[in-house]
Amino acid sequence: MLVEILFYSFATIVVLAGAGVIMARNPVHAALSLVLCFLTSAVLWMLIEAEFLAIVLVLVYVGAVMVLFLFVVMMLDINIEEMRRGFRRYVVPGAVITAMLVAEIVGVIVQRRLGLDVTRGAVPLPPGYSNATDLGIALFTRYAYAIEIAAMLLLVAIIAAISLTMRRRRGLKVQDIAAQVGVRASDRLRVVKMDAEPRQ
Amino acid sequence: MITLGHMLTLSAVLFALSVAGIFINRRNVLLLLMCIELMLLAANYNFIAFSRYLGNIDGQIFVFFILTVAAAESAIGLAILVVLFRERRSINVEDLNTLRG
Repeated sequence: MLVEILFYSFATIVVLAGAGVIMARNPVHAALSLVLCFLTSAVLWMLIEAEFLAIVLVLVYVGAVMVLFLFVVMMLDINIEEMRRGFRRYVVPGAVITAMLVAEIVGVIVQRRLGLDVTRGAVPLPPGYSNATDLGIALFTRYAYAIEIAAMLLLVAIIAAISLTMRRRRGLKVQDIAAQVGVRASDRLRVVKMDAEPRQ
Repeated sequence: MITLGHMLTLSAVLFALSVAGIFINRRNVLLLLMCIELMLLAANYNFIAFSRYLGNIDGQIFVFFILTVAAAESAIGLAILVVLFRERRSINVEDLNTLRG
């Protein structure tokens, strides 16, 4: 009973936060709603006992991706009113499409039942079961190549993001440390031999 | 008891919300990126639900990789957005018509 109460309350929060993301007037509010959405999703994933992914969602999404989003939102000077123009015109078609999509998917789930029993609960886990261990064993045996590709992908993404946003400003006065350290006395100082001038 | 139907329905609602978000925020690239993140989250719900209700860990592995790809995608997307804003002083989709024939 407690599990149902938790599920329904957090599911309500997720849906409201999702609505907040798409309806928010200010992009900062949209990003914060998305953070709330991810946090409550992590709680829901914990409720169905996918603990490792719940923690990963909080760490990766809330901790890294959404901070990046907020950073970009605050860095860019966005004209909100210009962005909101035509908002009302698209609300009605958007709502209709949402309703149709939900009706169709729920219809498939309830009516066709996907060829399996949608009213059953999760597979019960044995005592002492560790989600992280199970996931790690699968990840580093059967999916070892896949995880290497994922690592490569992240590396490429880092290089792409840095090379896209790095820029050199012209006329900027900067120190060239290597040139400063590598300088020798002979480059700076010239010893000139000359005779002493005669007394006048 | 939380059933498979509960999770799938919640995922469907989230997915539909993000599709509606793409419709009604179609000027703002930043909000489009956020809606794509929401859409991927809805897909992850399905993977985790099926993984838990069929007793197979592979679904959770897929969520792991989806999270990786989504993080890479949003990093590059935001980098492109920053470069775009530097060039155009705007992130309105309707201003991006340089390639129009």
